[in-house]
Amino acid sequence: MVTAAPNVGVLALQGNVAAHVDKLAALGATTTSVRVPDDLVGVDALVLPGGESTTMSRLVELAGLFEPLGDVLAAGTPVLGTCAGLIMLATDVVDGRSDQRTFGVLSATVRRNAYGRQNQSFETRLALRAEQWSPHSVEMPDARGESGTRGSVEDADADTSAADAMTAVFIRAPRIEVCADSVTALAEFDGHPVLVEQGSILGATFHPELTPDLRVHRRLLDKVH
Amino acid sequence: MSEVERTGTSRVKRGLAEMLRGGVIMDVVTPDQARIAEDAGAVAVMALERVPADIRRDGGVARMSDPAMIEGIQAAVTIPVMAKCRIGHFAEAQLLAALNVDFIDESEVLTPADETHHVDKFAFETPFVCGATNLGEALRRIGEGAAMIRSKGEAGTGNIVEAVRHLRTITSSIRELASATPQECYQLAKAHAAPLELIQEVASTGKLPVPMFCAGGIATPADASLVMQLGAEAVFVGSGIFKSQQPAIMAAAIVEATAHYADPDVLARVSRGLGDAMRGDEIDGLDVTFAERGW
Repeated sequence: MVTAAPNVGVLALQGNVAAHVDKLAALGATTTSVRVPDDLVGVDALVLPGGESTTMSRLVELAGLFEPLGDVLAAGTPVLGTCAGLIMLATDVVDGRSDQRTFGVLSATVRRNAYGRQNQSFETRLALRAEQWSPHSVEMPDARGESGTRGSVEDADADTSAADAMTAVFIRAPRIEVCADSVTALAEFDGHPVLVEQGSILGATFHPELTPDLRVHRRLLDKVH
Repeated sequence: MSEVERTGTSRVKRGLAEMLRGGVIMDVVTPDQARIAEDAGAVAVMALERVPADIRRDGGVARMSDPAMIEGIQAAVTIPVMAKCRIGHFAEAQLLAALNVDFIDESEVLTPADETHHVDKFAFETPFVCGATNLGEALRRIGEGAAMIRSKGEAGTGNIVEAVRHLRTITSSIRELASATPQECYQLAKAHAAPLELIQEVASTGKLPVPMFCAGGIATPADASLVMQLGAEAVFVGSGIFKSQQPAIMAAAIVEATAHYADPDVLARVSRGLGDAMRGDEIDGLDVTFAERGW
């Protein structure tokens, strides 16, 4: 049986759209850049990328996207939010701007820039919670050729199996301070969840789009029926 | 499971540059201006003592800003704060890194401190952005550790012509490289005076290894749209905002135009009633061309 490739809408007002588009293409999905409400027609899943959440909030408002995109999320459309995208999903934001708005669909309190400024940004290896990762979500990673990545932690991609550790890049990252019981932690760092799932929603405080590992994006596409 | 945290890796440094894509980075000289920039939707601010138009007007040696001024701006906003050091002035860069700025701009707008060497940017955990007028210059800076390239344009003129020239020069060289054979890459490395491995990387990926933003002469929303359509991934606006008649409105308009750069209807809407843009200069009449600085 042939099924059409899922069409993933990537919010493209500001942020690292290109890296998500590359990931989704590597997994066989098609993508639509979402800048105005009409772009939401026919999307099977959504990605809210990393970027600057205050800028994104303002641009979503100016583009008239809060209500239509919120409706798509309320209908249970699978969504992945990374870093600023996670902030945009959360019900509560600490250390944000007073006029900053979010979609409020992920039952969590998120603190902006919780680790400090850029000099405190880091990469690390995350232990995944094995019971949350079934073997079918494993995908061979792509080969993202990069120069000068000296000092990076080992990716150890070639033998990635279901719940092997995941390289995670945290950039002026937010931290999930509190979340509801209905939110499942798929990975934790330093005592806080950093990759979470609540029904159709996936959120990461780090950037799975910056490493060759495809497991998080695969998990989003697995939610599309 | 040991949890090793590594700061300042190339991936972490380039990562912040990637997050700023599609955004506007605004020059500000006071905390109040920084707040206006953040209110308008800037993704970051560049803290400096004088905007390039004033540096150009005043002449003399232009140096790194007063740390107290940079700290005042850091305290005023929640978005990333960048600051400039002179070309080759690694002590100014060390000082800026100690101030915990989010990005260091090794900038031709300030008076160069070294006529031969740029800063060794791999020696820093703070990411660097450097200007470039052509592909070879961009790859030399990346070879020294720059995490972001901005086409130079001609800062402080409000004249977009040099930015267009530099962007077109870089993108056409990238297109040429993308169709080069492996054998031709050796000659192209020599022709561009750039590291061979970076030439080979651009030839295989068809793009720079780091994000390419545009600076130098953007004064209107249409200018921002133009350079984005020419391949810039984000824009720096220096004098163009706070030398305009209505800075807050101009700032917001350029932010929206950058996000919707390919949508002429948005461009028309945000461009109405902006008042006067900065006055602007002809390039031929300049005493100093900043873009020539850097090697």
